[in-house]
Amino acid sequence: MSNESFFYQALVYLATMVVFVPLAKKLNLGSVLGYLLGGIIIGPALLGLIGQSGQDLMHFAEFGVVMMLFLIGMELEPSLLWKLRAPILGLGGLQVVVTAFLIGGLAMLCGLPWNEALVIGMILSLSSTAIVLQILTEKGQMGSAAGQSAFSVLLFQDIAVIPMLAIFPLLAPAGTTVAAEESGSLIANQPAWVKTIVVLGAVFGLVIGGRYVVKPVLHIVARTRLRELFTASALLLVVAIAVLMTLVGLSPALGAFLGGVLLANSEYRHELESDIEPFKGLLLGLFFIGVGATINFGLIEQSPWIVAGLVVGIMIVKFLVLAALGKLFRLSRDQNLLFSFALPQVGEFAFVLFSFSAGAKLLPQQLVDMMMAVVAISMALTPLVMLAFEKFIQPRFSNASDEEEREADSIDERHAVIIAGFDHFGTVIGRFLRASGVPATVLDLDSDRVDLLRRMGLKVHYGDASRFELLKSAGAEQAAIIVIAMATPEKNLEVVEAVKKHFPHLRMLVRAVDNADAFELMNAGVLNIYRETIDTSLRLGTDVLKLLGRRAYQSQRAARMFRRFDEKSLKGLSAFRDDKQYVNAAKERIEELQKMIQADAYTNMMIRDTGWERDNAEERN
Amino acid sequence: MKILILFAHPAFERSRVHARLIKAVRTLPGITLRDLYEEYPDFDVLPKLEQPLLEQFDLVILQHPFYWYSGPALLKQWMDLVLEHGWAYGKDGTALKGKYLMQVISTGGNAHAYSPEGHHGHAVYDFLLPFRQTAALCHMEYLPPYVVPGSAHIDEAELGRYADGYVQLLQSLSAGTADLKALLREAEAIAPGGMPGQLPARFS
Repeated sequence: MSNESFFYQALVYLATMVVFVPLAKKLNLGSVLGYLLGGIIIGPALLGLIGQSGQDLMHFAEFGVVMMLFLIGMELEPSLLWKLRAPILGLGGLQVVVTAFLIGGLAMLCGLPWNEALVIGMILSLSSTAIVLQILTEKGQMGSAAGQSAFSVLLFQDIAVIPMLAIFPLLAPAGTTVAAEESGSLIANQPAWVKTIVVLGAVFGLVIGGRYVVKPVLHIVARTRLRELFTASALLLVVAIAVLMTLVGLSPALGAFLGGVLLANSEYRHELESDIEPFKGLLLGLFFIGVGATINFGLIEQSPWIVAGLVVGIMIVKFLVLAALGKLFRLSRDQNLLFSFALPQVGEFAFVLFSFSAGAKLLPQQLVDMMMAVVAISMALTPLVMLAFEKFIQPRFSNASDEEEREADSIDERHAVIIAGFDHFGTVIGRFLRASGVPATVLDLDSDRVDLLRRMGLKVHYGDASRFELLKSAGAEQAAIIVIAMATPEKNLEVVEAVKKHFPHLRMLVRAVDNADAFELMNAGVLNIYRETIDTSLRLGTDVLKLLGRRAYQSQRAARMFRRFDEKSLKGLSAFRDDKQYVNAAKERIEELQKMIQADAYTNMMIRDTGWERDNAEERN
Repeated sequence: MKILILFAHPAFERSRVHARLIKAVRTLPGITLRDLYEEYPDFDVLPKLEQPLLEQFDLVILQHPFYWYSGPALLKQWMDLVLEHGWAYGKDGTALKGKYLMQVISTGGNAHAYSPEGHHGHAVYDFLLPFRQTAALCHMEYLPPYVVPGSAHIDEAELGRYADGYVQLLQSLSAGTADLKALLREAEAIAPGGMPGQLPARFS
């Protein structure tokens, strides 16, 4: 088999994905870093499995970026944008502009020409959507003020990529013919203002075409009911936009983004998304592998201190800008810290923009190589930075507030019940207990919510309930029961461990998401586990039976029976941690369950439920 | 004999009479207390759980307030579901054969109210006919009921005497010293209007 054969290539890349991404996920580094790492390892620097083909690959894989922008465009629902307009434009806009000019200014001080400095500033102002959203979701902070602010900033950054791509050609030094990817362009040799006009014309054409051509075509295709044809059309749409844009000398990514926005409100949006998503994922993966493979390690070896200095410098500048803006937008101190610590890395779009600007001769290849390394390292550092923040910085600040609280606490306010986690799940518990005359001490991680509850006169502590000091100050020693209802399973487990270690006398009632989650909690020795949706789902199911004409009492009885059975089988299944055993046991139980709750469950239940059988009705009626 | 008390009271937290009775007997040796409203707040009585349990005992006591001339709803639900054909009665239903059934109840009305001239027009024992016949159908022997009357106005001293009487009754039954034959005869001899519950001297 020749090394250059297509299948050999595919083998190398796909194997890299399959090996490194799960590894990176295990190390909490996120998939982007997994791809990068894989690229570095198979690249010329180490194994040399891909040599020059890495460059060819990049051309192909950049199409993944095009698709990503198409999808981002489709995500932009006008209503969401409108709702978040203030934080997106204000916080997000200021973050990009201020960071870009600060870093650009610093770059000029280092002796770069203004246009290169501006390009670098703009690119480095971006943060990593993928990494940050993953981290905040894991911490259960997406709903908090910090999470919302971070989301707004990231959204603005994603949108800002578009104008950047549009501006870059205008910043190209005079006399260079722009962009390898524009080699097919019809207007490559026109002056800049003509290009700008053509760009605007093309965009306008796209809007019209999207409305009057694409939608009717999709409608016809959808009516054929052939799934693969729809996939083909979705791909055709993206490819066609890319080709059109290339012809007029525009970035295909920009065109795809616009195309996406046009379809954001169409009825085919979800269909298109789910069709293109896997292609996007694969191609983006290839793209990041390519980036990894093309990182120039010789350069980093020559000047490790410069690279390290750049990484630290960039992250500090970004952090300071974020912190200042957070203050300006009235984030409370701890939320602001979380917000600022989450976003100082450079984002995955930087790879796209750097390789674009290298292609467009905007930046010298050496500088781009250096920057690629810097971006990758800053992304890799993010999980570590967050860890350090949680361990050393967050406790200090929340401790300070705990100190204040502790003085305000008086012993007679100790409650028998502590509720850890007060989002929609915990609030209902708290309200119900309160209505039943049982006061509870509430702990929550969302400081804004905490302030609000305080104003309502509830005794609430801000802070991480997995920390001994906080549990202690909330009266865990005197309490009898702790309700653990944090937003994520991981967080709940942490609290469970902390309670087991420091306050073993507390009875734990724990919120779980699903069965897998419940097993984890069982393994941790928790006895009272409450799966989030089971009761609501069954209540809905009960109503379905009722609407179908089944008697209300039997419907309710069936639901309760189902739940008892389900709880029993959950406990039974937890004994099988081996997947294969689990699957078999689960199959048996499902069969048993089907037998019990099948279409004619009424008679089946009556076999168990002979209490009202004719035989048992004394009158034989 | 081994005694199972099936206790049914939907508002036990507000009860005076039963709280006192339960407190007096709950720790007695040889007594198993089953609080139905605590076991089955959802009314889904599980026959497969209750039946083997019943089989272990010789005497089943139904202890409950007297609501609308009968027991609380859950007690009726328990009977509807647990006393299955083919298990408790019918051709092969002999699981309870030879066991004893007894009721321990509190009534709002006093002894006079439960008499032909009284407010309710019949004796408590007459109102218990469905329970008596249930026992008969399940091949059980029905012992005379232990009734605490006038629960709304009963004073602490009187209540104390009833509680002590209940304890003695259970002790003698559990030790097998109670004269069951005499008790059964008494059950048969209770005339309409009679008020079992004022305990015969042999218990004091």
